Amino acid sequence: MKKVIVLLLLAVVGYYLVDVFSQISFGENRYEGQNVRDFYLDKSKNDLQVSNSVTAIVVNFRGFDTLGEVTVLFLAATALGSILYRRREDAHGGVVLFSASRIVRAGSHLLFAPILLLGAYVFIHGHLSPGGGFQGGTIIATGFLLMLLAYHDYKVSHGVLSWVESLAGLTFVFAGLGGLILGKTFLENFLPVGTINYLFSGGIIPIIYIAVGFKVGAELTGVLYTLLNEKEYKKQ
Amino acid sequence: MNLGNNLDILTITFYGSAILLILIGLYAALVKRSLIKIVIGLSIIDSGVHLLLVSIGYLQGGTAPIFSPAVIDKNPVMVDPVPQALVLTAIVIGFAVTAVALALVIRLYRHHKTVNIDEIKNLKW
Amino acid sequence: MSILLVSIIIMAILLLGAAIYAVIQKDLLYAVIATSIISLILSIMFYLLQAPDVALTEAAIGVALTTIIFVITIRNTERYEDKKHVKVGNKIIKK
Repeated sequence: MKKVIVLLLLAVVGYYLVDVFSQISFGENRYEGQNVRDFYLDKSKNDLQVSNSVTAIVVNFRGFDTLGEVTVLFLAATALGSILYRRREDAHGGVVLFSASRIVRAGSHLLFAPILLLGAYVFIHGHLSPGGGFQGGTIIATGFLLMLLAYHDYKVSHGVLSWVESLAGLTFVFAGLGGLILGKTFLENFLPVGTINYLFSGGIIPIIYIAVGFKVGAELTGVLYTLLNEKEYKKQ
Repeated sequence: MNLGNNLDILTITFYGSAILLILIGLYAALVKRSLIKIVIGLSIIDSGVHLLLVSIGYLQGGTAPIFSPAVIDKNPVMVDPVPQALVLTAIVIGFAVTAVALALVIRLYRHHKTVNIDEIKNLKW
Repeated sequence: MSILLVSIIIMAILLLGAAIYAVIQKDLLYAVIATSIISLILSIMFYLLQAPDVALTEAAIGVALTTIIFVITIRNTERYEDKKHVKVGNKIIKK
């Protein structure tokens, strides 16, 4: 009986979704003339001299939403650490109980540094090619995950992770406050803009994305470290 | 890259598979009994919504919205960068929500020794 | 019908097949692998829709990190969806 009601509900939801989205034609240039797409592409090429316009939108035109997203990630990492809190006396072992085989250990030594280098390259060149802070930070967290899975007693210092995360978050906020101090609005560009397709172009956009890359990398590493050290219940 | 001229088939493929993903995820979230299966259903709904948003911004014969040195003088038609920026944020936040939901599942299992929602009905500690 | 169009249709069919498999399968580890296949095919589709940033983000987060946190959760809770199915050798039999 319950499944019949659920299928009816899905049919109603599906009918209305199809009804709305069949009126939006796929691939057609709607609203010729003045539209948001032309405005953003034009401004990011001429005024901001940034070649990746998605980066310009995420960091500069909608920069406040990115600040909110970084806050949500920080809250999620903190909530995870506080939900999985456990007293020391009824815990033993961990999720990873023994190190991996010889091949994985040797390979992880070879791969760890290039993965970190790739992640740093992706978030430094976020305004010149596809990439940015979030992608680079996730690649760095994947590198640490490789080491955490290869060795069962690999330790990442929680103090260093907290310091890196806090300093990177403060850099983001201070880069925004710099615009406020110099008489413009919060998160507005106050450094010289430069020419397009050069490394030092775009004003404060590379600075903010480098800070976001460090912050996301440290945060996701902390999340994985908390989850992987989740101790087993003592089986009664 | 030109995806071809049969716009009808492309419309049905992209919009249809995104809407079907949303419906399949919704079915898993409503009917299944195990908490982990419900979280998998929420993750599938997220994937469907992201595909739907990005495929609205596609323009026929358009290219990626990046002004690389090869195309900066030729003024090509570019796809819409605004839905891509929105979906970038949405993917990261979807992952954060999934991570917190799974931490809650682990905590519930520690206390009730089961992840079946039929047996976790009482709210007593 | 160019080969690009045929490959897009095949990818859409694989996507829906993996989604249905993830919902129906009782062994939760297999369902999680199907979810990571959904993220992989979605990442290729984002690339074909001329969105390279979104494809990078979905490939890094959806394939690697979501799968590992699901596997850690399954390790700390139960592997099968209901208690009636038990794996013996290669088959799943009803208890």
